Amino acid sequence: MKRDDFIIRFAGEGGQGMVTSADGLAQAASMAGFHVQTFSTFPSQILGGPTWTQTRISTSPVRSSGDQIDVLVCFNREAYDTHKDEVAADGVIIYNLGDFQLEGDGQSFGIPFEELAKSTGNSRAENMVVIGAFAHLVNMPQEFLDEFVTKRFSRGRAGDEEIIRSNIEAMLLGRSHAAATGFTLAELSPPVKPEYPQILIKGNEAVSAGALAAGINFYVGYPISPATPILVFMERNLVGDGNFAYQASSEIEAINAVAGAGYSGQKAMTATSGPGLSLMSEAIGMAWMTEIPFVVVNVQRGGPATGLPTKTEQSDFQVALHPAHGDSAIPVIAPGTVEECFYATVSAFNWAERYQGPVIMLSEQMLAERAQNIPRPDVSKVHVEDREVYQGDNGYLRYEARELSPMPIPGGPGPYVANASEHDPFGDTTHLPHRHVHMMERRFSKLKLLEDGEYEAHNTDSPVAVMPWGGSKGPTEEAYEVLQGYGLNVAWYYTMYLHPLPAKLLEELLQKDLVIVPELNFQGQFSSYLRSLGVKAESITQYTGLPFNVSNLARRLEERLGAGARGAVNV
Amino acid sequence: MSKKNPEYDFKWCPGCGDFGVRRALEMAMQRWTVKTEQPIEQNVVVAGIGCSGNLVHLLEGQQPFGFHGIHGRSLPLALGVKMGNPELNVVVVAGDGDFLSIGGEHIAPQAARNLNVCVVVMDNGVYGLTKGQSSPTTVEGTVTSSTPYGKMEAQVSPLHLYMTLGVSFVASGFSSKVREMADLIMQGMEHPGFAIVHVQSPCTTYNNTYDVLKGDPAKGIAPVIYDIPDEHDPADRSAAMAMVDSPGLPLGLIYQDPGSVPLEQRLATATVNARSRKAEDVFDSLMI
Repeated sequence: MKRDDFIIRFAGEGGQGMVTSADGLAQAASMAGFHVQTFSTFPSQILGGPTWTQTRISTSPVRSSGDQIDVLVCFNREAYDTHKDEVAADGVIIYNLGDFQLEGDGQSFGIPFEELAKSTGNSRAENMVVIGAFAHLVNMPQEFLDEFVTKRFSRGRAGDEEIIRSNIEAMLLGRSHAAATGFTLAELSPPVKPEYPQILIKGNEAVSAGALAAGINFYVGYPISPATPILVFMERNLVGDGNFAYQASSEIEAINAVAGAGYSGQKAMTATSGPGLSLMSEAIGMAWMTEIPFVVVNVQRGGPATGLPTKTEQSDFQVALHPAHGDSAIPVIAPGTVEECFYATVSAFNWAERYQGPVIMLSEQMLAERAQNIPRPDVSKVHVEDREVYQGDNGYLRYEARELSPMPIPGGPGPYVANASEHDPFGDTTHLPHRHVHMMERRFSKLKLLEDGEYEAHNTDSPVAVMPWGGSKGPTEEAYEVLQGYGLNVAWYYTMYLHPLPAKLLEELLQKDLVIVPELNFQGQFSSYLRSLGVKAESITQYTGLPFNVSNLARRLEERLGAGARGAVNV
Repeated sequence: MSKKNPEYDFKWCPGCGDFGVRRALEMAMQRWTVKTEQPIEQNVVVAGIGCSGNLVHLLEGQQPFGFHGIHGRSLPLALGVKMGNPELNVVVVAGDGDFLSIGGEHIAPQAARNLNVCVVVMDNGVYGLTKGQSSPTTVEGTVTSSTPYGKMEAQVSPLHLYMTLGVSFVASGFSSKVREMADLIMQGMEHPGFAIVHVQSPCTTYNNTYDVLKGDPAKGIAPVIYDIPDEHDPADRSAAMAMVDSPGLPLGLIYQDPGSVPLEQRLATATVNARSRKAEDVFDSLMI
């Protein structure tokens, strides 16, 4: 029997190589031509604590980390006890014989991970033993794995050959030990290697590459999980050539520096997560008030307060929309896939430059740390916008117009004061009622420039719709297909452009009897926003710190759409 | 643009020290543009919140660029403006509450980085705009609207603080001595690194310290301020430390690190062979 899709979970203690295993398997499988996606979740500490990672391998594009586990690899007893119930009935459990031993239960077998690795002369090859055992179970040809190991460890160093040899030996040992147990799973169907060029990339890397493609030249950030990799990336890669990347002393310093750079003409960005966004709120309001472009990437994690620093949640939508006191509504873009992380970041820069103000790009832990194969974006076709710079004489009144107007840049003509207080056309402080009206209407009028975002729409004749946002897109897509399989006729809507919504999309949503929003927060933050716009929306929520499980979500959607709705379309 | 702007209705109180600071800053910027042959648009004045911050709106004559940001964050804003375009002459104007209380956390990092901006602190020892609450430089025991039983906290010594944090240019001025202040601000602008000109700028409404500072023989008050003697060597860090820890308030250039290297130069040196990557380079390295 052949199968198109396998899910393998690695569980154990932080530091035992869980991430290396999942990433390594993803690399090997993607090089062979499979589609892959990883997922990881761990405690907020360097070593120790229960950690697990997961790799999904498929012959077609992967949209969620998947539900039931086909192969569970347990590095210790606790991992076995925690995860064994999620293994499919026909799944297999591989456990570390060096750590514990189980009575034969017909579903599991042990391999001495460390002992086998050590016997190759490379004690760090434990994860290769495990990958080899998995390869036996799904009958994955060894040449795929040989190619991966050879590429990965050919680094032009003296010890490369020995490392390659020992890793391949470790895989073969894992393979033969697994074979000796007599266990097998179904055979993995041969991959259909896509004809287009592909990359294997994580969400945070895609965000960083998107910023580069959009023309970023200024980055200041502060370390915070799970956004830190963006800071590290920028410190390494945004250097020289007049660019600036720097670690600030706090998020407050970072956001004000980014505002200062936006003012002095740069394409500026910072990246943070929940607690950092809270600290940045006042300065984001200042940028709305003074009309200064920059991008804030907020990689959402569980909240509130310190919350769940390494878990996933979609609970910052409302604070992204209204981070600051007073009347403002910050534009918000949220990618739903690793690929969209790239394009959403480009769009965030374009929006910031176009409307001259701050834009918040809402990523999520599950996207940020997920490795996925995606078509290589064609950077030459990426649309990049630059702000309209004032080129006239001095004596310019920067805020005189009742709508967007060209922005002077220090060093060039048209000195003005960027003023966080309500201001007159030059930028001096004023308290006059008609000025507050003028400036308020000016600031809000600029949002109109952002209502042309793209969106997905399918089966739009149905009066009932499903509309996920952000990282819940993938699991919802799969759940939606389950519902379609039942014969349910439900409309599908999706966009990255959450505020302002594409005008045409809002028109369509307003026609619906019900729009169901699956989202990972308690309050149903996005459906609440849709209701405020007049859309009859409600949420299906989850707040576990984990993404939606597809079958569970499909069941809840079906329940909401009405018992006995299979085959009928009545709500 | 005060003179030609009828909408702007903010006024400093008669006798406010900030008038003198404004004049000194105008003189220094004028001199800087002449000396460097740069246009006025090359100057950016970054202001915090308080009576002091309004200076940016009250500048007369040729207008520089201005940024009147949020309370306490003038230094982080200046970090962005300056490092966004290191060619700009960036001047920060702030008060003692703005700079030393809410904004106090930002002084040490800029000193450590040696951010190449010139800060003019207007110290009146009180929160004036909110009508007379105690500030870090209010004298201990003083009764103010927020310290009805007297201020419980020790008075901060800003000059001592700057020296301790490693600020590479520390000067002290007095708002009544405009020409001397203009000289110090000009020197601070030219200094390659983080420069602070800390100015005594009395509040005539809530904390009138003119007599205390200048002394009044008729009232038997000895002056606190004194001019730094010519023989003081500003490159001598020990002498500067001793000066700020001694009684009295020195006026003039207290300390200037002769080996000061500003942040933009440190970065340029460290990354001389570094090249930014393009998105294409990133994708090349991630090809399957």
